[in-house]
Amino acid sequence: MSALDRKLRRDVCRLWVQITAISLVMACGVATIILALGAYRSLSETRSAFYDRYRFATAFAGLNRAPLSLREPILQIPGVRSVELRIVKPFIIDIEGMSEPGTGIAVSIPDTQPAVNRLYLRSGRWPDSGRAGEVAVLESFALAHGLQPGDRFSVLLNGKRQTLTLTAIVLSPEYVYAIGPGDMVPDPRRFAVIFMPRSAMAAVHDMEGAFNDIALRLQPGVLLNDVSMALDAILKPYGGTGTIDRSQQTSHAFLDNELMQLRAMAAVVPPIFLLLSAFLVNMVLTRLIALEREQIGLMKAVGYGSIAIGWHFTKLTLVIAVLGILIGFLFGNVLGRGMTRLYASFYSFPFLVFSDSMDLYAVAGAFSVSAALAGSVRAIVGVLRLTPAVAMLPPQPVGYRSFLGRGVTRHISQLNLMAIRHLLRWPLRAAMTAFGTSLAVGLLITALFTYDSVAFMIDTVFFRTERQDATVMLSEAAGPGALSSLRRLPGVMRAEPYRSTLVVLRRDHRARRLSITSIAVNADLFRPLDKKMNVTIIPPVGLLISERVAALLELKSGDMVEVELLDFGGRRVSVSVSAVIESYVGLAVFMSPEALDRLIGDGPRISGARLALDVAQLPQFYHAVKATPGIGAIALQRVSHAHFRETIENNIFIMTSVYVALAVIITFGVVYNTARIHLSERARELASLRVLGFSRSEASGVLLTEIIVLIAIAQPVGWLLGTGFAWSVVRGFESDLFRIPFVIERATYAKSSLIVVTVAAISALIVRRRVDRLDLVRVLKTRE
Amino acid sequence: MIEPLCRAAQGGAASSSPSGSREGGAAQPILRAERLTKIYRSGDVDVAALRAVDFSFCRGEIVVLLGPSGSGKSTFLNLVGGLDRASSGKAWFGNLDLTACSERKLTRFRRDHVGFVFQFYNLIPSLTASENVALVTDIAKDPMDPAEALARVGLNERLDHFPAQLSGGEQQRVAIARAIAKRPEIMLCDEPTGALDSRTGIVVLEALIRVNAELGTTIAIITHNAAIRQIADRVVTFRDGRIAEEATNTQRLPPHAVSW
Repeated sequence: MSALDRKLRRDVCRLWVQITAISLVMACGVATIILALGAYRSLSETRSAFYDRYRFATAFAGLNRAPLSLREPILQIPGVRSVELRIVKPFIIDIEGMSEPGTGIAVSIPDTQPAVNRLYLRSGRWPDSGRAGEVAVLESFALAHGLQPGDRFSVLLNGKRQTLTLTAIVLSPEYVYAIGPGDMVPDPRRFAVIFMPRSAMAAVHDMEGAFNDIALRLQPGVLLNDVSMALDAILKPYGGTGTIDRSQQTSHAFLDNELMQLRAMAAVVPPIFLLLSAFLVNMVLTRLIALEREQIGLMKAVGYGSIAIGWHFTKLTLVIAVLGILIGFLFGNVLGRGMTRLYASFYSFPFLVFSDSMDLYAVAGAFSVSAALAGSVRAIVGVLRLTPAVAMLPPQPVGYRSFLGRGVTRHISQLNLMAIRHLLRWPLRAAMTAFGTSLAVGLLITALFTYDSVAFMIDTVFFRTERQDATVMLSEAAGPGALSSLRRLPGVMRAEPYRSTLVVLRRDHRARRLSITSIAVNADLFRPLDKKMNVTIIPPVGLLISERVAALLELKSGDMVEVELLDFGGRRVSVSVSAVIESYVGLAVFMSPEALDRLIGDGPRISGARLALDVAQLPQFYHAVKATPGIGAIALQRVSHAHFRETIENNIFIMTSVYVALAVIITFGVVYNTARIHLSERARELASLRVLGFSRSEASGVLLTEIIVLIAIAQPVGWLLGTGFAWSVVRGFESDLFRIPFVIERATYAKSSLIVVTVAAISALIVRRRVDRLDLVRVLKTRE
Repeated sequence: MIEPLCRAAQGGAASSSPSGSREGGAAQPILRAERLTKIYRSGDVDVAALRAVDFSFCRGEIVVLLGPSGSGKSTFLNLVGGLDRASSGKAWFGNLDLTACSERKLTRFRRDHVGFVFQFYNLIPSLTASENVALVTDIAKDPMDPAEALARVGLNERLDHFPAQLSGGEQQRVAIARAIAKRPEIMLCDEPTGALDSRTGIVVLEALIRVNAELGTTIAIITHNAAIRQIADRVVTFRDGRIAEEATNTQRLPPHAVSW
């Protein structure tokens, strides 16, 4: 081993805490690259492979009922590659061990794999249309209930109790993210998708020779618009509600949303860590080179070339980078696998493995080495330029400027003046330290605000807006008489009817497909809130639209909007917007029942009702629902709320833990290194103070004052950054499916600052111990 | 053993000393050491830097400590200045047993009674000359005004200059001003002229002599420069951790009369 390499080894041993602190910050960058890109790739590649292999539809259309003979005309439409004409109907689950009724979707399947949306057979065999009641069941539901091929369970199909036999556990590209009505996160226990031979489905629903749903695949390169006009024209006489593409398909849209966030994470988070580690490398290396100036001069004097010495310090940089990369690889892999496991609990894929291919590590490694070298380049160029004669001379004393006039400095103690002038002498370094610390505060706010946001959302959605215990959806819209039947169900204390109809809301070239739902003027269970969170009075005419719809269609109160009634032959009417309201779920548009009935023009009808229930009679209510024909689906808000809370809290806890760890590492890395560098630069001054009769705490107070000033500056900056990050998270989550409210409690700012200040204090106190142990004599007798 | 030394110094210097504080010959030892020993442990080897040294500094005298590197003179000054702890033996400042003091009491001792001057000045680069002095006057019991302290070393025109804007001699004079501003009983100077050329060194020594004359401060100066011995009342030569020789000058020379 050469002498320089031995020196390198000893430098590494001597500086191991600082090197580790920098490497950890760098490791966060590496880990987040692997985590975000790896998870993105895993999800995106798995989805693509699943979609391709199992022929996920590129377009969907719903209708009332049409003859199967339409297959040929549809296939004739230029650009259509394959089509599946299906019967899709909701049903009620009545399964042993679950008192509350679940909701499901039954999808018809041919005798062999369908042409579109093929099923992945996890276990069992394809249902035999010749045997009554055989079905394939989506894996998530089967797992939630421990169902195996051969097991039997009962459902209420079209109001008729059916006992079904599970022959296959399957996965479908159409239901990767399977979420039931009224739920905000998937609840596989209460939501099922079953695949039933067409003949059996047709028999139950009286749909022989007919279908009510289309899934089709287009030829590559064909745009949906080219096909949808022709398809819509064919389906219009049969109650076609318009063709939609994948972006409006729930499962696909949720996945897209997740992928978008991962991409954003990969683009934003790793560069922050790499920038910080470049700064830390620069700070530490510059100081090390300053301290070793004479040695460098000596080495050059005895014949070492500039390149050899420059390479020596480059190797130290590479040690930091390699350590950071290795730690980052390890944690990135662990976190990536954890994230993938978390995904696997939400998204049903035949397989979902963490995609950690070599190129990912190569990319992460290359970025990190580049960041470290970028941080070191200035210091190393300084080494190259240093001539031996100059290097052997003592460095020029550090020049300071007064900045503040005597009138001001008179009122500041000399010790504080030392701290302030030292900070102002290296403003960029001070700014970067404050910025690094503020990033930690910002990251914590970004993590912790989700608690506030979700708490606010739960309060708004479940306690202030949707105050019902259950929402019953009828299989088909019915006359007002249906409400009486619902009111007679045991345990129902209050029932408020609603009507819901599928429309396209259109203004100029902007359009959105959504449902208009009616709310009675005196409704108490469901109360839309305005932007100030006050209960909105339902106007006798006009629409109440959510902020999201208003933004998408650029609508405001008083504007006119075209409503295309998809359930009623696509009739178009113009309606005014009465008010814009707050809503976090879906694209919410409401209207008074009378106004909606007038709009549709077929008299008073209801689609279902919101119910307030007597908790004591829930078992009887559940039992009755399972036995009531005409109920197509049921959402249980209380159960949904509990499930949502449990799931989301678990997720937030995981996310918060990761973010807290990242924030702790940043704070430690930045504050510890800054304090060490300040100590190194000022050891002589601090020793002088001790000699002059200042106590240990007074001497170290100078160092701590600098750190305190930087940490204090970092707090408001961190709050601003955190608010900005939180805002971008809110915007990032915003989709047609849901929004999260932008709420940050004061306690969140306080908690974030408290965590960072605590870690900073510990880091600074570790360095303070070194001040206490300063060898006064040695420091003072050494030439700087 | 200590008292006669003190008297000897007293008697010898009194006639020629410009300081009025020692008139009458009744000077008391201000700082005394008894069998003061310092052993450094280096790996498994014990290195004796100071071996059972007895010595007293008398009030108002100037003592020059000579000796080769490693002879123990700096170790001795560090121990009696409360910068380091003795391995054995005793050191008193008046009635204060320095060897029994806690860290806190030693800090207090340095703050109130001792002024230090080092070879490399050890000024605070972020404070101006007057602020460097104010650093001490802010915490001293009966300090002089920083401007007065700087005037005593001839730097009244350089109050607002930062150390980087001062020459080496000026920096050392700021260090002296900082040391005297608290009106210390004793000043311990470890090679105060070591980093300076002879002309500047003379200016610095004159500043020290003036302090001794005007304030009656006891001054101990470590130096490698044997010529400087001529400005002292007493000269102590260290060798191998012991006092090898001790001499009293019958007449002190002013620094400008000393040549090196």
